[in-house]
Amino acid sequence: MTTLQPLREDRAGPSPRTAASESLGRRLRLAWFRHDGLRGYALISPTLLAMLLLLGAPLVSLVVLSFWTQTYFEFDTTPTLRNYAKLVDWQDTPVYLRTLWRSLLMAGAATTAVVLLAYPIAYFLAFRVKQHKMVWLVLITVPFWTSYLLRIFAWKVILGFNGLINSSLIGLGLIEEPLEFLLYNQAAVTITLAHAWAAYAILPIYVSLEKIDRSLLEAATDLGKGPVEGFLKVTLPLSLPGTIAAALLVFIPTVGDYVTPTLVGGSSGLMVGNVIQSLFGKANDAPLGAALSILTMGVVTLLVCALLWAVRPNRSGAELQVRR
Amino acid sequence: MIGERRFGGLGVYALAYLVFLYGPVLLLPLFSFNDSIYITFPLKGFTLAWYRQMAENTQLVLALQASLKVAVAVAVVSTVLGLIAAKAVTRYRMPGKGPLLGFLMLPLVVPSIVLALGLLVVLRLALGFELSLLTVAAGHVMLCVPLAMLVMISRLEGFDRNLEEAAADLGLNPWQTFWRVTFPLSWPGIMASLLLCFSASFDEYVIAAFLTGNETTLPVFIFSQLRFPQKLPGVLALGSCILIGSILLVTLAERLRRKGLQPQTAVAP
Repeated sequence: MTTLQPLREDRAGPSPRTAASESLGRRLRLAWFRHDGLRGYALISPTLLAMLLLLGAPLVSLVVLSFWTQTYFEFDTTPTLRNYAKLVDWQDTPVYLRTLWRSLLMAGAATTAVVLLAYPIAYFLAFRVKQHKMVWLVLITVPFWTSYLLRIFAWKVILGFNGLINSSLIGLGLIEEPLEFLLYNQAAVTITLAHAWAAYAILPIYVSLEKIDRSLLEAATDLGKGPVEGFLKVTLPLSLPGTIAAALLVFIPTVGDYVTPTLVGGSSGLMVGNVIQSLFGKANDAPLGAALSILTMGVVTLLVCALLWAVRPNRSGAELQVRR
Repeated sequence: MIGERRFGGLGVYALAYLVFLYGPVLLLPLFSFNDSIYITFPLKGFTLAWYRQMAENTQLVLALQASLKVAVAVAVVSTVLGLIAAKAVTRYRMPGKGPLLGFLMLPLVVPSIVLALGLLVVLRLALGFELSLLTVAAGHVMLCVPLAMLVMISRLEGFDRNLEEAAADLGLNPWQTFWRVTFPLSWPGIMASLLLCFSASFDEYVIAAFLTGNETTLPVFIFSQLRFPQKLPGVLALGSCILIGSILLVTLAERLRRKGLQPQTAVAP
């Protein structure tokens, strides 16, 4: 009480005078200098405004649209959950859930392939390469910069009906007719996705491996652990955060990919992005397409949260184990 | 042989991985010089016909011009927006910074088809905009702002904040501090962000396809050509040119980045 009193008097003392004489502008200026956050928000406001218009408004409008109904060329704006009911109706319209499920499986397969292929490379970069590390890093990041469309196009050229494999095999007289199973199916999409995203997974894994304290590995050796056990008990658990980050970095965008299935997927390799597009286009049911967009994002978010939750106790356990 | 002895089995795997990474893409330049409209081994003869055909294609040249216009504008606008946003989040204690950053980074995780259709709904149905290269550029700015922010945040966090405070202590106002201290120090980051946003916009297909009007961008043009087998060699030639262009850009970006690192280490040891 006694410590607070003078403070309060101090503030209350001059305030009647200043409140009367201080203009609004001066008070605003005071707030400006006193509150760091206010200046921060003023600085970021052009960016924030642009993003609210170009990102916030589109997402909000999709949410709103998903509760409406399409009536030929107009929208019935009475809020309804009918679109979502239609999407999850396994009996009458299984195509939506089935496509979503297939997209998740294909993205999951591509992600697994990418991470399994990338891990040894990241390990190689972090532990084996001593000289010219920069050259290796640049070599691995260059494809990251080259056109995504061209990387997918390259696979169309390789796998296509008149593509490299088929025409070369025919040219050699090994087959009469082009092999049709090469392109326009789920496997083609998965291979193409795995290749197109390969470079994205190496860097996060590499960074987490590079951060590992080398003395931990020496300690493991001193304690009589072999290289395999050392890897499994020290290196792998400690690189798990980077590996999970890499997996998410590949999985999240591939689920909703539109270009790859359109180019190499055919009708059996269609993914949820293609269905959303056709709902907005030919099928002329934008509200249902909006609902499918929201559902897809919701499912992916849930999966990501579940994954993060599932590996969290493991991770801290491993760190504890190592610290002991 | 030497690689094998030095790196062991992992080294061999790494080389194989590089072949897997580069092999498919390098087929494009290889077959762009092949004297046949069929893409098949063995190679026929050497020709520059596809490149000549490409240069004479007015539609292609128009699409290239459109793409360049959009990409340059997008790179500049996104980098400016990214720079001020990065400065705000790295230099001020802002309440609600976490959710704010989460919102601004959304384009990295939301499928671009969803973003494209959402933008289409807002621009077309709600605001009644005519679709044009301007709407494409607006969509690309939205995609590129998080990229520019990530580059600029790492750059601004990388240099000593005391330099800015010292400038302020020496009596410079915030504007002068920005131009004389922050801007020169973040220049390599700005260049990297410009190049990254340029290539992201130049390469983007989905948003461009949905938001474009009469004029198309290069990826949309390439996509439309893929349907015709006889146009394939022309696309190969075009793809090879883009490949070389982007490799030149990466080399340039890397050089600038390294150049920028040297004075910084001299200033802040």
